[in-house]
Amino acid sequence: MPTLDIRDLAVNYAVKGGTLQALTSVNLTMHDGDFVVALGASGCGKTTLLNCIAGFLPPSTGEVLIDDRPVTGPGADRGVVFQKHALMPWLSVQDNVALGLRMRGVPRAQRRRVALDKLALVGLEQYAERAVYELSGGMQQRVGIARALANDPAVLLMDEPMGALDAFTREQLQEILLDAWAKTNKMVFFITHSVEEALFIATRLIVMSPSPGRITNVYDNVPFSREFLSHHDARRVKSGPEFIRLREEVLALIHHREPAHA
Amino acid sequence: MPDVTRPTPSSAAAAGTTPASGDVSLKTSRFKVPGEGSSLGISVATVVAMVLVWFAVTRLGLIKPLFLPGPEAVWQQFFEYLTGTANDKPLWQHFVASILRVAVAFWAAFLTAVPVGIAMGMSRVARGIFDPPIEFYRPLPPLAYLPLIIIWFGIDELPKVLLIYLACFAPLALAARSGMKSATHEQINAAYSMGANYGQVIRHVILPSALPEILVGMRIAIGFGWTTLVAAEMVAANVGLGQMVLNASNFLRTDIVIMGIVVIGVVAYLFDMFMRWVERKLVPWKGRI
Repeated sequence: MPTLDIRDLAVNYAVKGGTLQALTSVNLTMHDGDFVVALGASGCGKTTLLNCIAGFLPPSTGEVLIDDRPVTGPGADRGVVFQKHALMPWLSVQDNVALGLRMRGVPRAQRRRVALDKLALVGLEQYAERAVYELSGGMQQRVGIARALANDPAVLLMDEPMGALDAFTREQLQEILLDAWAKTNKMVFFITHSVEEALFIATRLIVMSPSPGRITNVYDNVPFSREFLSHHDARRVKSGPEFIRLREEVLALIHHREPAHA
Repeated sequence: MPDVTRPTPSSAAAAGTTPASGDVSLKTSRFKVPGEGSSLGISVATVVAMVLVWFAVTRLGLIKPLFLPGPEAVWQQFFEYLTGTANDKPLWQHFVASILRVAVAFWAAFLTAVPVGIAMGMSRVARGIFDPPIEFYRPLPPLAYLPLIIIWFGIDELPKVLLIYLACFAPLALAARSGMKSATHEQINAAYSMGANYGQVIRHVILPSALPEILVGMRIAIGFGWTTLVAAEMVAANVGLGQMVLNASNFLRTDIVIMGIVVIGVVAYLFDMFMRWVERKLVPWKGRI
């Protein structure tokens, strides 16, 4: 059972006249089936945290462990979905999804089977042969999710994947994502600045604050994603009294947080 | 309970933007978008008007035929050259000789300049080596270094092809070099997080994303090559479109000069159309993502 372990992680950036503490003493443990959402205002270090897990950015101190092996760089065990889809426009939808397998030398027939399988997870199997630039923004993001899942990663890292989408597409994509997550039982680390989105999809919500970037609050066992998966009625979940109460609580937390002491 | 104001029919009508006069034509945009619309009809009209003016000024005797022969005289020369009845080699021989020179030089430049440009995009060593010579010779007019090329390489085919090759090399190398920067940071990170190594990132992300710029470089290079053709054929050529024009100018055969110029221009235009077609076929995604 894959485990992601973050121990005393800190990241400092060199800036003019000293260092900027982008992240300080972050500790986090994730297991299969965990859907961890990082929520916070800009500059709270959530993207820095994701980049550390992905291996794009080296930690200044502390370490990121996957199954007790330290992360030393990007790798296929951590699939990343970006805010801008970052697909390759010269490849078809299917070839985009299969690119990681192709680079690992997986035979063509098997690549195709996996790609169609993952596209079906996000409801795009009939678009396999299409060019990515013919798809809408929401569909492109779904291809990005399928692409990240095609490598069968231990963890799925999502950096505001719905930030550029309109509200309707966004809600639709949240439901597709939850269904795909339920079927694959991956651990997901997801960044957003939308409180409602965070509460709806998370099993664990971590609230982050800037200067220095750190985790200030953790909500364990957020029930709403499981609730949605049991009856597939997003409105019923989002209009429930407990959801609204938590939403207001988290909003207050973000807007009236006490000043940070460096 | 919050008060919810619903628009009544009368308030909706008051707030509506229907203009008083109903005969406003439907447009997709209320405003003028700079440069919108097709220019094809206007282009055709311009060409027709130019030929008509040409006809008029020559027919009315406003300009002597020595300076500007009429379109019919030029057409006559074209016909004679085409059928081989002119007092010169037939047009196709000039055409083939020129095309061969440009084609050999262009492909030689393509096969060398694109790898050099890619190397410049990938390595600071290659950039340090190739940047000064390319940036030094690139702005020089080919006619300036033509004498040197003759002194070094004689008056055979080699100096002619070499001159065109040099004209094609710089734009191709620079296009390939800058194309290497086309991939976005996210695309590169995405490839790494799918398990790619450095070589695979180059092969599967950087090079495909550089293709549109390389194709633009090819368009520019073939234009430069064709432009340099006449200069190249000034050196002891006995066949070629440029030579045909230069030779005719020595005998003040303005009709042949104009005919040659038109042929050179039309061929260049067809080249460009071909390259644009290649572009649409190879990189249909250009500018769409």
